[in-house]
Amino acid sequence: MRFVDEYRSGDLARSLAEKITGLVEPGRTYKLMEVCGGHTHAIYKHGVEDLLPDEIELVHGPGCPVCVIPMGRQDDAIAIAERPEVIFTTFGDMMRVPATSGSLLDAKARGADVRMVYSPLDALKIARENPDREVVFFAIGFETTTPSTALTLTRARAEGVRNFSVFCNHVTIIPAIRAILDSPDLRLDGFIGPGHVSTVIGLRPYRFIAGDYTKPVVVSGFEPLDVLQGAYMILRQLVDGRTEVENQYSRVVREEGNPLALRAIAETMELRTTFEWRGLGFISQSALRLRPEYAEWDAEVRFEVPGVRVADPKACQCGEVLKGVIKPWECKVFGTACTPDHPIGTCMVSSEGACAAYYNYGRHAGRRRRETAPTA
Amino acid sequence: MEENGSRAGRSEEEVLDAIEERRRRPRRKLLDERITLSHGAGGKSSHDLVEALFLRELRNPLLEPLTDSAVLTDGARRQAFTTDSFVVRPLFFPGGDIGELAVNGTVNDLAMAGARPIALSAGFIVAEGLAVDDLDRIVTSMGRAAEAAGVSVATGDTKVVERGKADGLYINTSGVGAIEHDQDLGPDSIRPGDRVIVSGPIGDHGMAIMVARGELALEVDLESDTAPLNDLVATLLGATGGVRCLRDPTRGGVATVLAELALSGEVGISIDEASLPIRPEVTGACEILGIDPLYVANEGKLIAVVAPEAEEDALAALRSHPLGAEAAVIAEVRPDPPGLVLLETSFGGSRVVDMLAGDPLPRIC
Repeated sequence: MRFVDEYRSGDLARSLAEKITGLVEPGRTYKLMEVCGGHTHAIYKHGVEDLLPDEIELVHGPGCPVCVIPMGRQDDAIAIAERPEVIFTTFGDMMRVPATSGSLLDAKARGADVRMVYSPLDALKIARENPDREVVFFAIGFETTTPSTALTLTRARAEGVRNFSVFCNHVTIIPAIRAILDSPDLRLDGFIGPGHVSTVIGLRPYRFIAGDYTKPVVVSGFEPLDVLQGAYMILRQLVDGRTEVENQYSRVVREEGNPLALRAIAETMELRTTFEWRGLGFISQSALRLRPEYAEWDAEVRFEVPGVRVADPKACQCGEVLKGVIKPWECKVFGTACTPDHPIGTCMVSSEGACAAYYNYGRHAGRRRRETAPTA
Repeated sequence: MEENGSRAGRSEEEVLDAIEERRRRPRRKLLDERITLSHGAGGKSSHDLVEALFLRELRNPLLEPLTDSAVLTDGARRQAFTTDSFVVRPLFFPGGDIGELAVNGTVNDLAMAGARPIALSAGFIVAEGLAVDDLDRIVTSMGRAAEAAGVSVATGDTKVVERGKADGLYINTSGVGAIEHDQDLGPDSIRPGDRVIVSGPIGDHGMAIMVARGELALEVDLESDTAPLNDLVATLLGATGGVRCLRDPTRGGVATVLAELALSGEVGISIDEASLPIRPEVTGACEILGIDPLYVANEGKLIAVVAPEAEEDALAALRSHPLGAEAAVIAEVRPDPPGLVLLETSFGGSRVVDMLAGDPLPRIC
């Protein structure tokens, strides 16, 4: 398929892999964090690690929108969904996220009207078609998905659709990256920066990483060759002694981002003082809520939600996985009590979650690499 | 494996071995309190439901192999017996309708046992309010499909339920067929070195249905591949004695069939991604929706595992038939790792291909 196959070419991958190996300093290990879950998914789906030299370790970051939603918010979502007047609309991935008493899929089986949508505009359409019901959209995601929620809100207001509201859980990527950088548990050598988030926010917000923390950042696309080239550009910076924010994904990402999308967000949403992230705890100014002008469309204003902070299940180590402190298989319930069909933690639910990606795609590749590696 | 202990000090290999060992064990107890849509998706949850409930309570030697058809033996005579229910929405879709699907689906389950279909039953659960014209079109198309497959609808039943209690129409069909060859088809016959052949492009039916639902604002020119495979199977079995096992990759797609074969045959299966026949329209729609075509349903394709020396004859036989013109070898059976399907990516890496967990839901960004 055009515009896809070009970025999955095995021949180009091999020659790029050779160039990367040529840059590696023998005996040194390089820890590169791919911030975004989309990268994690692509890495395992295409077996990108198989092409990298052993010295390079890819560390999975916190940029999986499903994974970072804390259990308490999922409980709130289910509480709204179980109200008899509500049609609760959500992206498919969120249906299977476990909360205190089952997932939204379980709530649906108990009788809640939960519907999967592909876009918030689909939810708005359902609201128009069901004027006697309350239609709530479960808004999650980083700056990638926030603009579509924002546009839906402005449209709902313009059209006067009053039986529609948004349960807003949008988060912002920069505070999460800062939390990772400030975490004492991890030493990273560079970041493969999120591609689609950057189409919205641009490159400027990452400058502190290269400046204050002196780590290279290469904003990269989501095809496997993009990821490989991102890794190459980081290594190139390290070899040259540079720390910069570079753009591998220039076919999509512009320096200034997307001002229209940013304006739509600013018009409808504002920063929360603080927000809880699964595994990372409370991070100040890291999430968005609806502006008071949009209170009428704010599900948290319209419906009473428990709003209780719920600790993760004891066995769950999603937090450490999200921070890149442990590999998925090191979690004590990975693959046994926690599997994609019966997940305990969020990282095992989303296809962008590190645990699901590793379980579904990657759990054999590492072993094969070691088995086929020439013995010294 | 301990569930609350630490994994410190254990290697990745040890942990993964323990996980695979556990994965291969059949589920004894269903963990869910209620049935969810996942139990009907044909993946891991469906598998668990069958093993932990249906097989537990109904276990007998005929049911136990859990193949598409049961094989009934009466002296030297062997018959295949199968049943399937059809709840597809919409009732009419590009390339077919629920009636044609209900005939072909059961004919194909018989064909996968290498059986010549003899007779079908048809049970209709109709919702009050269904247009008689629609029912007429559906039954007419069942008649056409039965004729094409050379099978009679010998018995039937109709129930009508209140409006809203069924989504228009559900159809159940059962079928019996005569097994007239002496080959032992089944996952137990699979050996390392065997080749895996698919009879044509994959994912057409599932994507055609998703697009036909009109919820995706996608315009793709795609038709369901629904077709009776009995004649194709007869051609294949007539051409070579080297066929080990036949499956039709319906719900759960090619991936789920291969994962089941690897588990029950206790072999490894290695897929070559570059060799998978997929139409560009299916690839495109799957890319947009974040769905892997390996998991998308087919209704007119078969997977044949054949002995290595039978590869050429099998391919030639399949390709000589209009329904197998685009047949291709997609995978090879390996001794290791037992119970696991691996895919060699076109990119040069490898990954696991497991049974589907939950619905094939799209990624969100």
